[in-house]
Amino acid sequence: MTVALMALVILAASLAALLQFFGIYCRSLIAASVAQPLSPEIQEVTGITSGAAGPEDFPRVVQLLRLCPDFSNDRQQLSAIRLYFWLVKSARWTLASLLPDVRSWAETQLAQCAYFAAVALDHRVSSSRTALAAQMHDSR
Amino acid sequence: MALWILGTVLEILAVVCIYRRGATRRYFFLCFYMLVSVVASVGRFHILLRYGLFSLEYRYFYFYSDTLLTIALYFAVISLFSHVFEEMGIEPYLRFAAGLLLAGTALFSYAIVSQSSARIPTHFAFELSQNLYFVGLALTYVLWGAIVKLRETRTQLIQVVLSLGIYFSVYAASYALSNLAPGLYSYARYLLPTVGCLLPLSWAYAFWRLPVNARLAPARLLEVAQ
Repeated sequence: MTVALMALVILAASLAALLQFFGIYCRSLIAASVAQPLSPEIQEVTGITSGAAGPEDFPRVVQLLRLCPDFSNDRQQLSAIRLYFWLVKSARWTLASLLPDVRSWAETQLAQCAYFAAVALDHRVSSSRTALAAQMHDSR
Repeated sequence: MALWILGTVLEILAVVCIYRRGATRRYFFLCFYMLVSVVASVGRFHILLRYGLFSLEYRYFYFYSDTLLTIALYFAVISLFSHVFEEMGIEPYLRFAAGLLLAGTALFSYAIVSQSSARIPTHFAFELSQNLYFVGLALTYVLWGAIVKLRETRTQLIQVVLSLGIYFSVYAASYALSNLAPGLYSYARYLLPTVGCLLPLSWAYAFWRLPVNARLAPARLLEVAQ
């Protein structure tokens, strides 16, 4: 009985810590990308200017990312941010009516997820260009 | 099997990324843990081929090597404490406290095992490993608190610590779940190697993508921590 209770406490504490660490990890990934400016062409394609993304931009930018070859190995981070986006969106739906502050916090987080995806798209485009240039150089 | 090989390759990749950034000496214990993990994987693979998955030899080797890996990871966490507190010059106290905590966890594990098991060494290895995952999780939590409190803004260090937190929480939760419902542990056979792949991948990303001197703005750090 005591061992089961201890295991239950450890399980609950570990799951709470997991959720918290995952959220902070995703926000640290986003924070590292927020300072990076977007190239003019990515701003034009996505409609996102530096620091002015909206929550609704995220699915569109993710679709653009799917079209772009991945030379920059950022798939794991993108998957983490997609899961984070989904979790925050769920929190907005469920908790926003009870806690009004959650709505504005969630809107900011969702917008930052969109900006992260746009920065990733920018990296992929520039990596693809570099790879293409190297390929053309080799074929000469 | 594919996850296993992938995990080993990613561990080597993480060490290569740390080496390429010139941070091998600085993050020696992270590299040490990854290399011990590679050696353990090769050893496990060898025993698996020779004796089979359900053999006693494989089980013994798996649990004993897991305990060694957990201890190596424990020292990796302690080395991250040294990074965060390096300006305070409290490294000797940290080492002493780390040794004391490890000995305390070992004694606690022995006390639990001696009450309930005939095969003490094997169960002790399992119990110690399980308890060290939870201690590691608690230490990572404290470490994150120290990072926020001391305004430690090195992005690489922050991402290494947070990915460790995720890793420890999944392992501690899965061990607790296996105690509560042993039937569910078979699901962990797939979950744990997947998480085992994510840790070296996130470390490789942190060292490959981010420059050594990359820092978050202090205000951004507080925003991340909220």
